[in-house]
Amino acid sequence: MIAEFGLAALWLAAALAALQFLAGILALGEKGAGLEAVVRPVAVVQAVLCALAFGSLLLLFARTDLSVLLVAMNSHAAKPMVFKIAGAWGNHEGSMLLWVTVMSLAGGLIALIEKRLPERTMLATLASQAFVGLGFYAFLLFSSNPFERLSPPAQEGMGLNPLLQDIGLAFHPPTLYLGYVGLSVAFSFAVGALLTRNVTPEFARVMRPWVLGAWIFLTVGITAGSYWAYYELGWGGWWFWDPVENASLMPWLAATALLHSASVLASRDALRTWTIMLGVVAFSMSMIGTFLVRSGILTSVHAFAVDPERGGFILALLALYIGAALILFALRAGTVSEGKHFAAVSREGALVINNVALSAILGIVLLGTLYPLLTEAFGVRVSVGPPYFNPVSAIFAAPMLVVLAIGPLLRWRRDRLARIQKPIIAVFLAGLAGAIGVFAIGGVELLPFLGLVLSLAIAVGSVMPLKGRSLRRLPLTVWGMVVAHFGIAVALFGMSADTAFTQQTLIAAAPGDKAVVGPWTVTLNSVDPVAGPNWTALEGKMSASYRGGVEHHIAPQSRTFWAPPQQTSESALLTRWNGQLYAVIGGATEDGRWQLRLWWKPFVTFIWYGGLLVALGGFLALLGRISTDLRRRYATRRVAERKAEGAV
Amino acid sequence: MSGMKPKHQRLVLLVIAVAALIGAGLLAAWALRNQASYFYVPSDIVAEPPAPDKAVRLGGMVQVGSIKTADDGVTVHFVVSDGKVTVPVVYAGIVPDLFVEGSGVVAEGKMGTDGTFVASNLLAKHDENYMPRELDDMTDAQARATVSETSE
Repeated sequence: MIAEFGLAALWLAAALAALQFLAGILALGEKGAGLEAVVRPVAVVQAVLCALAFGSLLLLFARTDLSVLLVAMNSHAAKPMVFKIAGAWGNHEGSMLLWVTVMSLAGGLIALIEKRLPERTMLATLASQAFVGLGFYAFLLFSSNPFERLSPPAQEGMGLNPLLQDIGLAFHPPTLYLGYVGLSVAFSFAVGALLTRNVTPEFARVMRPWVLGAWIFLTVGITAGSYWAYYELGWGGWWFWDPVENASLMPWLAATALLHSASVLASRDALRTWTIMLGVVAFSMSMIGTFLVRSGILTSVHAFAVDPERGGFILALLALYIGAALILFALRAGTVSEGKHFAAVSREGALVINNVALSAILGIVLLGTLYPLLTEAFGVRVSVGPPYFNPVSAIFAAPMLVVLAIGPLLRWRRDRLARIQKPIIAVFLAGLAGAIGVFAIGGVELLPFLGLVLSLAIAVGSVMPLKGRSLRRLPLTVWGMVVAHFGIAVALFGMSADTAFTQQTLIAAAPGDKAVVGPWTVTLNSVDPVAGPNWTALEGKMSASYRGGVEHHIAPQSRTFWAPPQQTSESALLTRWNGQLYAVIGGATEDGRWQLRLWWKPFVTFIWYGGLLVALGGFLALLGRISTDLRRRYATRRVAERKAEGAV
Repeated sequence: MSGMKPKHQRLVLLVIAVAALIGAGLLAAWALRNQASYFYVPSDIVAEPPAPDKAVRLGGMVQVGSIKTADDGVTVHFVVSDGKVTVPVVYAGIVPDLFVEGSGVVAEGKMGTDGTFVASNLLAKHDENYMPRELDDMTDAQARATVSETSE
């Protein structure tokens, strides 16, 4: 019954999305008078129905209902409950249902609470949101039905890929999806503003919190995904420029650019068409990411469906939405009047550099990600990795980061560098001190060298806007900017320090043997068999001491799962404030020794602390925006009330 | 940009943006030609050896009886075959779980000057759902044929 209920709710939600789209479009014309009252309630009900459908799927997975094909294929009664539930989105159909659910919830939410924009723009926005949603409903219902029955029911489920049976990873996809799909709101706002020719600072102010929200989820999702890859894959790396990672990075780059250009539009009424363009591009990148990941065009743990029909369906949706939005943009962009003028040396000028550089990096990552697919069409197989991505994106990232250190100090509209001479000197000295320090250590390559220098300069530059201001009265949005920019410095420092100073030891050790890696001495005490709920493992018991200090115990494992049968390496980490010891145990050699791989990774944790700081900065800014909006709403209501009283 | 009309400023900004994006595109195209790591099978390596400093990927079957672990316990020597020719490979590290003789492997690394391929990373077939894309084309039948040819 639950499966049928879920499917019925999904069909109803799809029908309402069609209604929402048609009513919204007709209400924009002259003939649809009266329909405008329908659109908002329909959007809300559609969201509720879609959420019910997703809830049904969660329930089916929680109960391990093996009469449902999807559950039988992806779950197993012997799994812990949290992984049973996470199994609901750990597969193609479920993850697409999650996608649609988030999309309809976002649509329902703007229908419910967004009152600032002219009603016509809102109608166009909600119609656009429903139009995009419809395509994904069709995709689910016609080619990826998550509620399909299996007759007769399976005796036992197939299980979930062991690599995915990890608590952090259980919540990684929903987080990223909230980000990906949250950008659909920016897309719809952009389309709505273009359709009704209403590109105003107010439009940017309305769009900004939604972009900010999506961007926070993307930031957290990317940070968490990077940490997962770092400790779960056992290769000691935190970013592989894997197409799937790039698929999450590209929407983030576009959303970051959009946030900054939206703030220019909101504060200074400039960069109008550019902001619209970025709104379209950001969600397009989300869809391209989904296409790359879900179409089976790439083979990785993320690719669920190796099914050309599904890939074709997503590609068609992609072409339809991006194509339609770009055509609309081409037709209407010329009619958007110019924004206000600004000088080259100004806050706007710095943000333009930010936007151009982010867009260039986005293009570089996109080309690098698609290149292997292009050459494969001609029968040439290549892979594109760090030797391409790192230096080429650095050419644009480095100047952008220099501007990041001083840009926030500039005034809007027109400024002189001489006015902020002192902070510039402070930033320069921080960078210089870093350069001398790193040079003294020696042996550091160009990119990590630049990264270390820039991270110190940005760390100093990012807190400069606090100087001479009352910290208590400082608006939350400014705090948000300072924290996020400081987070960039922290993350950059971690990346560069890890790249520059990592030390590695690879040995075959018998129990009792010692190994030295960097400042650590690691002793292999014993290797013992251990068992978990659905796996068995060999566990290397080790003790490690930092510069001869206290002994800490770590125990990396080599795990063997039963369903499905697969082996994974469980790395063991020992975290200090200044870095991590990373240990992996491999197989036994013929003479009874064990392969150990040990890394000392100085300041590697700063990467993820930095990522979280960036997200926290976004969160503070979001709180600031929401509280300003609430205060404004309260004030308007008071004015209205007073007027009403006066009239009486 | 002072003293400029908003209309002119928009034009200037457009030119800057387009120039930067075209620049990025050209740079990317140039770098991709030079930095992309090409996929080789042993026959390709013999026919047209890659430059010693160029990162490439070598794919094929691990020849039966060829895996030898050095005395240090972590350096592995083995031979990759495509059924016609073979290339010796050396790798220091923990080998993937399903790296076994007679199975497919993709080695990332560079050609050494002595004709041995120095691998920095090995990708083996992980499970049914996850295997290096380059090995897709080798059907089980082909793989078995390759193995039987190379194990004689």
